[in-house]
Amino acid sequence: MKLVLPAALRVVLLVLLVAFIVNPGWFEPLFKPLTENNAPAIYNQGSLLSLTLQHLGTVAVATIAAIIVAIGLAILVTRPFGAEFLPLSRSLVNIGQTFPPVAVLALAVPAVGFGEKPTLIALFLYGLLPIFENALTGLTTLPANVVEAARGAGMTNGQKLLRVELPLSLPVILAGIRLSVVISLATATIGSTVAAKTLGEVIIAGLISNNLAFVVQGGLIVAGLAVFIYDGLMALERVAARRMGQAVR
Amino acid sequence: MIEIENITKRYDKQTVVNDVSMVIEPRTIAAIVGTSGSGKTTLLRMINRLVEPTSGTIKLDGVDNHSLPDYELRRSIGYAIQGHGLFPHRTVAQNIATVPLLLGWDKERIDERVDELLRLFQLDPAAFGPRYPHELSGGQQQRVGVARALAAKPNVLLMDEPFGALDPIIRTKAQEDLLAIQKHFGTTIILVTHDMEEAVHLGHKIAVMDGGRLVQYAKPAEILAKPASSFVETLVGSSERPFRLLSLGRVGDAVEKGSAEGEAIPADASQRDALAELLWSGKPALPVRGADGKALGRITVDGLVKLAARPA
Ligand SMILES: Nc1ncnc2c1ncn2[C@@H]1O[C@H](COP(=O)(O)OP(=O)(O)OP(=O)(O)O)[C@@H](O)[C@H]1O
Ligand SMILES: [Mg+2]
Repeated sequence: MKLVLPAALRVVLLVLLVAFIVNPGWFEPLFKPLTENNAPAIYNQGSLLSLTLQHLGTVAVATIAAIIVAIGLAILVTRPFGAEFLPLSRSLVNIGQTFPPVAVLALAVPAVGFGEKPTLIALFLYGLLPIFENALTGLTTLPANVVEAARGAGMTNGQKLLRVELPLSLPVILAGIRLSVVISLATATIGSTVAAKTLGEVIIAGLISNNLAFVVQGGLIVAGLAVFIYDGLMALERVAARRMGQAVR
Repeated sequence: MIEIENITKRYDKQTVVNDVSMVIEPRTIAAIVGTSGSGKTTLLRMINRLVEPTSGTIKLDGVDNHSLPDYELRRSIGYAIQGHGLFPHRTVAQNIATVPLLLGWDKERIDERVDELLRLFQLDPAAFGPRYPHELSGGQQQRVGVARALAAKPNVLLMDEPFGALDPIIRTKAQEDLLAIQKHFGTTIILVTHDMEEAVHLGHKIAVMDGGRLVQYAKPAEILAKPASSFVETLVGSSERPFRLLSLGRVGDAVEKGSAEGEAIPADASQRDALAELLWSGKPALPVRGADGKALGRITVDGLVKLAARPA
């Protein structure tokens, strides 16, 4: 799972990815061999840049909502007064995960119409579980005497949560967010089947017109984004974990 | 002053602390000893309400410890937790600053206090302040744990086996430091320990716990001389008893008239150390000198042997 690209290679790939998104025309010769019958080699039904930004925006909104709800839920069920909700919230979040995103999309469309909304709902539900599970693991596996020391020093429950429990679980929670984001980045492409503006449009356009170049372009951008976001969040986790002298997962 | 009155803690059916009553005089050290699982930690944690008693009351300077919110109570009581419990995501300086920060001290005062405490525990503030706990040795971590407990100058300090991870030399040093701090600030200390030696050395009084009950609470000399039960006797260690008794006394209190040949023993050394010195030198007597270097008389093997015998 661990993906550590050597620094130099990472920079080169990032520059290439950005260059491609901003000015795909430069890369036309590369994609030409993938086309037949003089079809366009570079996606021409819209700007790749704006699609990428919209794709990222959709993922960001859904992920932030999932982070807030999942962490809030994890905090709630790890407090003494919320402990009885633990099994309930677990099963709720599990349902979110067992539902295939396509099914969520299909069910959401009649309810909220075509466009970005059903995609956001699907991504949100799909992103909850990894964040919730990890936050739960983080908050329930804290070293007992450290938490007791926080109480012993006279922290209120809120201070204990904000100053000790959450910072200590941060690496584990970040790992959950990382998984969630990467899943959402890929899943968001399906959103284009219900008219959400995502990079899925590029892939779908390629599939419809039998243009392999489009399919590869859409796929490559999504994959590139996933790799870099994964990499970046991983680095963040490592910083958080190293500060505490924890081994990096 | 800490007054513990008929305090009991039950978990389900198990009685972990059973009807314990004791009074800890202000500005003294009470050492709690007992086998593992005898309820020492539980008793200690009921004082700052990390554990709520099933019944009974605890008063600090005459005030019930339930008369203010638990977090305010805890900010006023120093607590060195078993196994240090330092916050791994905070530096040594931040760890020590925990309670002062909660109390809203200004930054300057906190920094000053942190430096003062680090120096007190032989840790260079510039080198150790910015480090994270995992960058310290076990002994250093433990000292930082004690420093954190002392940070807000509490009147009452609860210590749960604070010197367990220290080597004998640092341990002795840390014990001396603690005694000095206790004398200087007049702190009332309750110290849980597994080490009878430590209890005898530090405690003005020793509380012996067995199966949740307080079986004896008395001055060290009395615990040694008149153990209340065979359990206490075992805990004291019968083979060590005479030496522990001697360790309580100073050479100055056992000086006899006359003179002797050999290396002089300082009057403030313990009688136990003096006996060891005598036996090792093979001489029946050695001279004693005061802090000013003046000859005070001599100390003899015969005299010390009499002092080490069971008091009548
Ligand atoms: N939260 C709890 N729930 C149930 N039982 C507990 C709880 N805390 C402590 N006990 C039990 O109470 C007894 C006394 O525990 P305590 O921690 O006070 O012992 P101790 O004398 O400090 O032991 P040690 O010297 O090993 O630290 C033990 O049998 C322990 O299992
Ligand atoms: Mg204990």
